[in-house]
Amino acid sequence: MDLHEYQAKRLFAEHGVPIPDGKVAYSPAEARDIAQDLGGKVVVKAQVHTGGRGKAGGVKLANTADEAEEAAKAILGMDIKGLTVNKVLIDEQAPGIDQEIYLAILIDRARRLPMIMASAAGGMDIEEVADKTPEKIIKVHIDPNLGVRGYQTNYIADAMDLPKELWRDFAKLVMGLYETFMANDASLTEINPLVITGEGKLLAVDGKMSVDDNALARHPRLAEMRDLEEEPESEREARMAGINFIQLDGNIGCMVNGAGLAMSTMDIIKLFGGDPANFLDIGGGAKAEQVATGLRLILSDPNVEAVLFNIFGGITRGDEVARGILEALEEIGTDVPMVVRLAGTNAEQGREILKDAQMETAETLSDAAEKAVAAAKGEVE
Amino acid sequence: MSILVGNNTRLLVQGITGREGSFHTSQMIDYGTNVVAGVTPGKGGQVFESGGTEVPVFNTVKKAVEETGANTTCIFVPARFAVDAIYEAADAGIELIVCLTEYIPVLDMIKVRNYLDTLHTNLIGPNCPGLITPGEAKVGIIPGSIVMPGNVGVVSKSGTLTYEVVFALTERGIGQSTCVGIGGDPIKGLNFIDVLQLFEEDPQTEQVILIGEIGGNAEELAAEYIADNMNKPVTAFIAGRTAPPGRRMGHAGAIVEGKSGTAEGKVEALRAADVKVADHPDQIVDLM
Repeated sequence: MDLHEYQAKRLFAEHGVPIPDGKVAYSPAEARDIAQDLGGKVVVKAQVHTGGRGKAGGVKLANTADEAEEAAKAILGMDIKGLTVNKVLIDEQAPGIDQEIYLAILIDRARRLPMIMASAAGGMDIEEVADKTPEKIIKVHIDPNLGVRGYQTNYIADAMDLPKELWRDFAKLVMGLYETFMANDASLTEINPLVITGEGKLLAVDGKMSVDDNALARHPRLAEMRDLEEEPESEREARMAGINFIQLDGNIGCMVNGAGLAMSTMDIIKLFGGDPANFLDIGGGAKAEQVATGLRLILSDPNVEAVLFNIFGGITRGDEVARGILEALEEIGTDVPMVVRLAGTNAEQGREILKDAQMETAETLSDAAEKAVAAAKGEVE
Repeated sequence: MSILVGNNTRLLVQGITGREGSFHTSQMIDYGTNVVAGVTPGKGGQVFESGGTEVPVFNTVKKAVEETGANTTCIFVPARFAVDAIYEAADAGIELIVCLTEYIPVLDMIKVRNYLDTLHTNLIGPNCPGLITPGEAKVGIIPGSIVMPGNVGVVSKSGTLTYEVVFALTERGIGQSTCVGIGGDPIKGLNFIDVLQLFEEDPQTEQVILIGEIGGNAEELAAEYIADNMNKPVTAFIAGRTAPPGRRMGHAGAIVEGKSGTAEGKVEALRAADVKVADHPDQIVDLM
């Protein structure tokens, strides 16, 4: 789960990371009041779950409360990579910026350890820096039994040529960021840029954080930070039902068990000239209700002209899926053509249940995909 | 011969009395797996019965190992107890732990791996379908009806996609030595490379199928390993070629992964290692 910048920075601050004073506004008038309280010189920042806000015009400097109101007016409602901006963070401006540093902690899958990444060349173009001059990215692994050690932060500070008088503060800041990471089961904590201000102090003017979904159960406070406005309604409904659903723009709805098989089903639909309308993984051991919810979601998309079910039972049982399909069809009633391919655990029983449902059946994945593509084109016999 | 599980497997099932645990224990017994014990804390002394086979249930893994000589475990317990179940099995000296449980937090898995690496215990999973050596032993949930004994080793990050591929092999009369589902979680036990090495050393296995999917760089590392260390031919399939790129938070992911992580990057890396890569699962057999 992704957090907003304002949420991330407050969590960083709980572990001693210095952040600017600021507050969230939902309207230009509110932005104006907050800017007034902060003394007028502020930065107005779109709060959406994506990178590239700055380049999209979602971050603006303001030197008076009036300017802050104007900036908020321009940013609120803006579309950034398909997300609508509903709120802005009003932060005090940093007192001058001498340098921009990049600092992040994430999991290195290959080494199976948390890893610090840092660069003296922080800012919006950090990915280009990493691509063209990878030696400017410093990487240090952390043993969770030891935590971040002083010699490690010294190594990073030295490699970045950080002024000596900032080393102690930098060490505290890195340790704070690491504590935030571990205490909240984060998969990413990132500060870009971490600035050295005109007064020679470190300040985290930006913050990004993602949390491990699997750990949310033990962090009720973080679970409550989920921004329901950022999640399309269909995806929210799916999440509640324990289904993994992503809306796409094709016309063949797919329901599959397992993410890898779901992706392969989409791939093969494309390969045979069709276009998937969604990714839908009903998960392992799905019950009839989940199948019914999934089918409702698929059919609520007016673009859908055919539906392909590809269920290879292991822990999921074919008869459960078949019952779910019938349940949903009884409730919705549709003339969208459907192709069903059941294999594996209890597939036989499932086929028996669907026998009278007037659905096209298929033996193999290729066969199923071909039939679904034909059905979507209206080429059904 | 085969790898990891076979006629010498003496299987313990942790969570044997639960809904999934009991259903799949019956399936494993039906398949002919030597299930010697079950563990559910608080239910020690009960007997699990399936098709005439009686399996004693113990309160702890240590007791189960002492009484039955179990050497492999299959974990079906829910996520909040699964990490403890892994530690318990490792502590009791189990050689191979197969953990099917999904939704285990990543930071927990880092600690688990750190601990297991100090012992001589292999872990498969978590969040995986387990493995099967056709005709000998099934540990996990891969349907026994879709496999047949033979000489092709299968290793996969995915669950049901593995079934799809194995089913296609069997339909065409091509048998398998062992099929291993390693799971797709970021931090896991055995990786592609570990299993590829076992297949390379296994006299029964003549060629290998690798099934990957987008994300991470395990396929790229596997490609490197194949080029440097393998003589047996490898055929691959990568799922997710048409998946739309997700929105990324921050830059860290892009800095670490660069081009790896995408299906194109993986396919390219594998082809450079002389691995044939199929366009769809049914095509793998044609390429072998």
